[in-house]
Amino acid sequence: MADYRLRRSLLYVPGNMPSMLQNIPLFNCDGVIIDLEDAVPLSEKDAARILVKRFLENYTERNKEVLVRINPLDSKWGLDDLRVVLPALPDGVRLPKADTPEIVERLDTLLTEFEEELELDIGRFRILPSIESARGILNATGIASTSKRVFALAFGAEDYTASMEIERTKGGEELFNARTRVLWAARAAGIQAIDSIFADVNDMEGLRRETELIKRLGYTGKSLVNPRQIDVVHEVFAPKQEEIDYALQVIDAIKRARLMGTGVISLGGRMIDAPVVKRAVRVLRTAHAHGLVDSAVEDEVVYGSE
Amino acid sequence: MVRNSLGRMIPETFAGKRLLPYRDPWSLLPGRDMATRGLRRVNPGSNKLLANLHDAITAAGLKDGMTISTHHSLRNGDFLLNQVVRTIDSLGIRDIKIASSSIHPVHAELIPYIRKGVITGLECGVNGLIGELISKGELDCPVIVRSHGGTARALITGDVPVDVAFIAAPCCDEYGNMNGFFGPSACGSLGYAMVDALHAGCVVAVTDNLVPYPASPISIPQTLVDYVARVETLGDPAKIVSTTTRITTDPIGLLIAKYAAMVIEASGCLTDGFSFQTGSGGISLAVADQVRTLMRKGKIRGSFGCGGITGYFVEMLEEGLFQTLFDVQCFDLRAVESIGRNPSHLEISADMYANPFNAGAVVNRLDCVILGATEVDTDFNVNVNTESNGYLLHNTGGHSDTAAGAKLAIIVAPSIRGRLPIIRDAVTTVTTPGDTVDVIVTERGIVVNDRHAELKEELIRRRAPVKDIRELRDEICRVTGEPRPLEFEDEVVGLVEYRDGSIIDVIRKVKE
Repeated sequence: MADYRLRRSLLYVPGNMPSMLQNIPLFNCDGVIIDLEDAVPLSEKDAARILVKRFLENYTERNKEVLVRINPLDSKWGLDDLRVVLPALPDGVRLPKADTPEIVERLDTLLTEFEEELELDIGRFRILPSIESARGILNATGIASTSKRVFALAFGAEDYTASMEIERTKGGEELFNARTRVLWAARAAGIQAIDSIFADVNDMEGLRRETELIKRLGYTGKSLVNPRQIDVVHEVFAPKQEEIDYALQVIDAIKRARLMGTGVISLGGRMIDAPVVKRAVRVLRTAHAHGLVDSAVEDEVVYGSE
Repeated sequence: MVRNSLGRMIPETFAGKRLLPYRDPWSLLPGRDMATRGLRRVNPGSNKLLANLHDAITAAGLKDGMTISTHHSLRNGDFLLNQVVRTIDSLGIRDIKIASSSIHPVHAELIPYIRKGVITGLECGVNGLIGELISKGELDCPVIVRSHGGTARALITGDVPVDVAFIAAPCCDEYGNMNGFFGPSACGSLGYAMVDALHAGCVVAVTDNLVPYPASPISIPQTLVDYVARVETLGDPAKIVSTTTRITTDPIGLLIAKYAAMVIEASGCLTDGFSFQTGSGGISLAVADQVRTLMRKGKIRGSFGCGGITGYFVEMLEEGLFQTLFDVQCFDLRAVESIGRNPSHLEISADMYANPFNAGAVVNRLDCVILGATEVDTDFNVNVNTESNGYLLHNTGGHSDTAAGAKLAIIVAPSIRGRLPIIRDAVTTVTTPGDTVDVIVTERGIVVNDRHAELKEELIRRRAPVKDIRELRDEICRVTGEPRPLEFEDEVVGLVEYRDGSIIDVIRKVKE
């Protein structure tokens, strides 16, 4: 089944800052990425890990997707990150430097081992690989289909430009090809694509422009570095009223079609079939998250009941 | 000791005065006339201009046991009160009470004069060190905290008879006409001083900027002013209107502001004719910013903005979002510049602003006010006077006045401050009674007073994070733990007077 979970906004939160961790439940982003990697100085790796574990244990009323960005598996901290944090049940792991399918496979195997040990459903912990080097870009297609756990590809423009020894500009021309390749790889595998952070937290117009661009390209969401960026990204991703109206008509039409025992119907001269319905469902679920429609669409509408 | 209606124990007398325990926000009205003062006659040719404060104090006839006042429009840049007290001391006068509109940290310089017996009572609230020392019992000086409306009321009723008012006059002529708009110590509105000028036994204008007769425009006229004294400087211009009026960038503050704006929108008051007051804090301004966006979007033309005025409100006036500003005090230079130039930016007295005992104050016409808090309790009572250590550190300002007046009094505050929960079972000190508080907004949720069932329903319909106050209190305490209760001695060192003159709470000595 396709994954319709909204991931417009994945907010980075440093794993070593109690004052920021405690506010995670309060923000309206779709997910958080608690960072044990770059945000945490070497001297605090242990402490941050324990802090994040404690926070997650106390965050019982989860109201957003919780990912943990671990240190790379080939570093001396990556495995310990998993060992300490997984028992506190994050939803998944953001894997930095996912340059090859093998790296992701290794994480997949480790997660399976932990799930067995913790007596959890196999596949519970999900993976968000970060594509952030030239090598990663070239391997993106393989990475996207490594494991069922991989629900999206995340593009990491900061590390990518660093690995290319180029500068990241606000125009983003230097990213265009890489950004598109990550997107194709994700879409070809039927998963979501999450765009890179926008580092200038005071430039809301720049953030808006970049978000509009990546939305047009086909990205489903963006990583964020500051809670102030959430509303801008959500505004960009908010469906327009015409889109909502049309989606409602589509759902209405497909319901009528199912009553007639078919999965295809015409609406205003256009054929309505599964892909159109899926798009409509996505629009309405996004609209629901924005409070623009009263109820979300049931899966039954998309697939019909058995 | 008697228990007032909020359960606070109030002594029968304090500093020789009989006390009236607080009962409710609305019903008290003493059956008596306004205070009077003697008639005066100044014949042609007489001279009001005096060379210095020394001569002015002598001419005003200040004696042991009397009460003086100053206004606080120069805020933490004020030099006048300190100069006046130093001069009083040099004249050997003792046992003076201060009934200024507020006292700022800069006035910590008065501490030795309190120890020396020059100053023996504060008929006004204090900001900063003096309050802390009084709370610790290290400074023996009875203090009565009043709101701005309450201060005006106390002068008008004669509860606090001011013998000599020293009015810092940034622009003044030799016959006493003055305004605060121009000059090196320009502070904008003289709203607090207007009340002093009308009710003090003797009125001394003090200026560092004597202009040729007549000063114009006239905020306080010559008919009320007995003497004009010259000083080198009234204050430090850099600190006079130094409030940093900038919208917060803290994500938590912005979240609170967003929720507050949701409340205002859901309340239905945001229509043509909307009237609004906020403070100058970062969160308040962030709320103003959200309201401004909503007003623009809805093409709403508001009626008035009120209170201490910031440049932010000036911009809203100039944009046509408000028809008028009612300005009792300017918070920044943009406000000072505007009040001297824009006829829609009106200077009003503290009496007109907030006195409960007149034929209707401006606060009564407020749709919505945004206020802060150091603590709130589960009965919606708010504390802005004492801090978590029990020390008296802040004056009331217009808090209880605007809360009583406005249709919608919204408290905005972070749920946790310095690791302490902001919502308590009972506040340390009641500044503003819960009966006048409508909504509490924190980043963890919105609490609506039961009086507003419709607003609560509407917010729930809009999927705002509405919570019960006890539920929110428990949620915060799960993060912070339960704080250890403060310990106080029995000794009462100060009073918190409600705007109508009844005693809503007391300040007790903190057990060290």
